[in-house]
Amino acid sequence: MKLIKSVWAKAFGALLLFTLLCGLLYPLAVTGISQLLFHNQANGSIIEINGKKYGSALLAQQFTGDGYLWGRIMNLDTKTYTDSSGKAMLYASPSNLSPASDRYQELVKERVEKIRAAHPEKADTPVPEDLVTCSGSGLDPDISPAAAEYQVERIARARNLPVQQVRDIVAKYTNGKFLKVFGEDTVNVLKINLALDGILK
Amino acid sequence: MNGEILQAVLCLVLVIVLAIPLGGYIGKVMNGEKVFLSRMMQPVEGFFYRTLNIDRDEQMGWKKYAGAVLIFNLFGFLAVFLLNLLQGLFPLNPQHFGAVPWDLAFNNAVSFVTNTNWQAYSGESSMSYFTQMLGYTVQNFLSAATGIAVLFALIRGFVKVQETGLGSFWTDLTRSVLYILLPLSLVVSVALVSQGVVQNFNSYDRVDLVQPITLADGTVITTEVVPQGPAASQIAIKQLGTNGGGFFGVNSAHPLENPTAASNLIELISILLIPAALCFTFGRNVKDKRQGRALFLAMFLVLSVCLGVVLFNEMRATPQLAQNGAVNTSFAGQSGGNMEGKETRLGIAASGTWAVFTTAASNGSVNAMHDSFTPIGGLVPMLLIQLGEVIFGGVGSGLYGMLGFAIFTVFIAGLMVGRTPEYLGKKVEPYEMKMAVLLCLATPVAILVGSGVACMVPGISSTLTNTGAHGFSEILYNFTSAGGNNGSAFAGMASNTLFMNLSTGIVMLFARYVPLVAALAMAGSLAQKKKVAVGAGTLPTHDAMFVGLLIFVILLIGALSFFPALALGPVADFYQMIG
Repeated sequence: MKLIKSVWAKAFGALLLFTLLCGLLYPLAVTGISQLLFHNQANGSIIEINGKKYGSALLAQQFTGDGYLWGRIMNLDTKTYTDSSGKAMLYASPSNLSPASDRYQELVKERVEKIRAAHPEKADTPVPEDLVTCSGSGLDPDISPAAAEYQVERIARARNLPVQQVRDIVAKYTNGKFLKVFGEDTVNVLKINLALDGILK
Repeated sequence: MNGEILQAVLCLVLVIVLAIPLGGYIGKVMNGEKVFLSRMMQPVEGFFYRTLNIDRDEQMGWKKYAGAVLIFNLFGFLAVFLLNLLQGLFPLNPQHFGAVPWDLAFNNAVSFVTNTNWQAYSGESSMSYFTQMLGYTVQNFLSAATGIAVLFALIRGFVKVQETGLGSFWTDLTRSVLYILLPLSLVVSVALVSQGVVQNFNSYDRVDLVQPITLADGTVITTEVVPQGPAASQIAIKQLGTNGGGFFGVNSAHPLENPTAASNLIELISILLIPAALCFTFGRNVKDKRQGRALFLAMFLVLSVCLGVVLFNEMRATPQLAQNGAVNTSFAGQSGGNMEGKETRLGIAASGTWAVFTTAASNGSVNAMHDSFTPIGGLVPMLLIQLGEVIFGGVGSGLYGMLGFAIFTVFIAGLMVGRTPEYLGKKVEPYEMKMAVLLCLATPVAILVGSGVACMVPGISSTLTNTGAHGFSEILYNFTSAGGNNGSAFAGMASNTLFMNLSTGIVMLFARYVPLVAALAMAGSLAQKKKVAVGAGTLPTHDAMFVGLLIFVILLIGALSFFPALALGPVADFYQMIG
């Protein structure tokens, strides 16, 4: 009991001081520095053109149109978020499925059939796996260069464009590895579709 | 494919290169020696001591030290618990989140105070910025600092001769935060923002979809939500302090929490940085650098082997994904391997390395969904936690756990040659052995009892996403995570239920505080002992043989405890996969 008495005031005071320091001053300082130095990044990397917000460069949108580049499989969540007028907004989550189960095998089989039907040009070419797998966040904004190349002919056909022109746009929004070593090459799906629509120049 | 291996090797090298100088720095800080931040931080440190009426040179006995830790943590628990329940009354809540249910609030508070950071909630859909900052960010710092403090009390137990004092918890706590955690977090968080991690107090953004979506029921969705908040400041310390609780629900897989390969590298290295550095600090502060290097080497070897196994498995797609070659899982123009649950920008190497680092250290943040790893790729992270979170482990707690195993090892070696075991010149006697057993066995007991009970709960199988052996793996992994104070998950299992919130909460408390108090009790006993001179019969504890013995003992306890459970889960899953 004597022991508790000798420490409880210090414990309470220490928690209070550290809460002010680590819970208030520190996040405020980081916010100040970030807003000053990295304004766009600190606010969600929003692509805003002429006052219209087309999306965050970091969050996937689902594309299914033949004239668009398609992304990773999205596990849509339209229940969690609504806007101020009560309309549902898009979000997504991972599948958490075991890739070793029969159920998964069936699911991927269906996805492969769907992709193949939309890409008659590719005939029996194996489908790049990014197009039939769900990502870790469900919101992966990127696909691999292989997955983009697979779709180029379809997009060109749907938009009546030369294939090379679509390829050039894909190349323009392809990012390499960090320091040429870390991570993977990526193609940003939203940016390419905005470029295809002539919005992003 | 070689690129994958190169990435993993470079990460390992980076950890070593950064940990060695940091280890020396931490040693100086905790001894109160002068460092380059002293000029800036001494006034702040002095202000803390004056305001709180703390004698910075106080020598607490182990009971007082433990009492201070426990009462301080109790207040921390109450703060998070109340913030969860009362967040509707506080500012910085642009999404107007209300109170969470009491059982979830209990689980969250326990989880953050015990440095587990298991999350039965999803941050962006239930927590106000106020709760995240003043509750979670604060405990991210303080639970890590608590671990460092207890480790130093134990180190002093080895160094001191015939004394009773172990130093002041308040001084250790203050120094850990001011000189180590806070400066590192500042640098890391700004670097993360530069990559695209959000850091603001705005309400969530709404953007227009380029292509509106029509759902099966005919609803047309035209907008997407972009969550916001003071994320970077919390993510930096969640990585550095082996906490692991994400600002967003899917943790560092979320593109706004880990946007690029560069941010991933920074977060990845941050996971192991301090736990690895503490090994070198240990050697420095017991005045025998070889001792620290031996412990580091034992951890590093196990880590490297585990990393190899995970990469080997994840670089191969499952037959269920490969579809007899209809799906391209090669490494040409893409990451290849098992990409279910993994992000394109990260790929197999960055995801596999992260899974090993985060479970070796008791961090528990994830950048890919462990539930969607291949059976053996998912077994390894589980096993790393089950080994007791001593392969680097939590900040501070990993090394004091490892010291428990070191004492276990000298005891077993002593039995073999028939001499009284000693470690670092201190005789290991029955009291120390009892404490070492508590240190080493608290985790296995917590995990096995927890998951065993859970399996008998009616209806538990309906909370699982997967079925069969993999469904059992989900239960086992999640109790493993709670019992190792790790916090990662096989997230297919619904964790926000009354049973799970209470049971994992109790498991986390047991697994954190039993070893913590045991380490302090051991420290108290060791400090009172004389130093024994090194003799011909002394087992050297810095050479290759000791490293080998230590690894053997760790694996022996881990394997004996968990082999049956693992056979029913991931191993059975593996055999089902290959059909």
